[in-house]
Amino acid sequence: MALESVDIQNKLQETFGDHVKYFRTEYDMFVLEADVDVVYNVIKFLKEEPSLNFSFLTDLCGVHYPDSNLNEQFCVVYHLHNWYENKRIRVKTFLNGTNPEVKSIVSLFNCANWMERETFDFYGINFDGHPNLVRILNMDEMTSFPMRKEFPMEDSGRTDKDDRFFGRTINNATI
Amino acid sequence: MEKNKVNMVAAPEGHVGEGFFATKLDQVVGLARANSLWPLPFATSCCGIEFMATMASHYDLARFGSERVSFSPRQADMLLVMGTISKKMAPILRQVYEQMSEPRWVIAVGACASSGGIFDTYSVLQGIDKVIPVDVYVPGCPPRPEQIVDGVMQLQELVKSESQRRRHSAEYKELLASYNIE
Repeated sequence: MALESVDIQNKLQETFGDHVKYFRTEYDMFVLEADVDVVYNVIKFLKEEPSLNFSFLTDLCGVHYPDSNLNEQFCVVYHLHNWYENKRIRVKTFLNGTNPEVKSIVSLFNCANWMERETFDFYGINFDGHPNLVRILNMDEMTSFPMRKEFPMEDSGRTDKDDRFFGRTINNATI
Repeated sequence: MEKNKVNMVAAPEGHVGEGFFATKLDQVVGLARANSLWPLPFATSCCGIEFMATMASHYDLARFGSERVSFSPRQADMLLVMGTISKKMAPILRQVYEQMSEPRWVIAVGACASSGGIFDTYSVLQGIDKVIPVDVYVPGCPPRPEQIVDGVMQLQELVKSESQRRRHSAEYKELLASYNIE
């Protein structure tokens, strides 16, 4: 029998109650939101419960919502895949804007190691319990987190590019 | 006799006589260097593909004395930087340059190596001249092999006319010091 979204929802609600919510299907994929303090256990449950068996972590990434409430400014999204039933699921969790922190899932999925490092690199999300949480793609000297919305698109202090040659002045011809 | 189609490099200015030819040492050394520039390709993206065409039989950079592509910076004269250089790679490029022995020349091939190109962003070095001195810039995105050959020929002109004292001059040391290179 195929693994139905309703069954997943019932099992999760039985175990975690109100900490898991907003179950829906978006873009043909079952989605749910979990509170930040239970998300590790939700993923552990999805992986280890024999009837669910989501044993593959497809993706892990961050999102920044600077205009949301302070406690929902960062989001970490987990994509899980059940290979036996070919069923995919997306788990979202929202984090605090000033101190984004969530428990690392490296102990569940080794592949999360680099994904969490990347998410830290670009969003500054702290993964508690990660074995080596340092920058992975950007240069080590970098102090900012470039995928945050407040990060400027262009360096304002640069001197090497003349605005006249890039069509950024109002009237290029007269200057 | 059939006319020879081979183009030889012209001899420098000098005095020709019966069984001798006299000219300046600078010019002889310059001639030798200019026609045996060993390239070190530092290819990171599509400009590198154009360079492969430049080295291959159709365009054949070997005609200009660059037959031997050196993949060790220690035996190379001419560093060709082709492609986007990210800020994370800048120290590596710099190290490659430092490992080259004098005299050494650098060609920035393509828009990215010259100025960062379209990648006006936090992760990309805005031109390799931020970290190492550059002798010739080749424009284009990517430049055609003809343009790369033209860039090499421009460099040959520089090499031919370079004074033997240039690398010991105060200006040159000042240039390297401005890049914090020993």
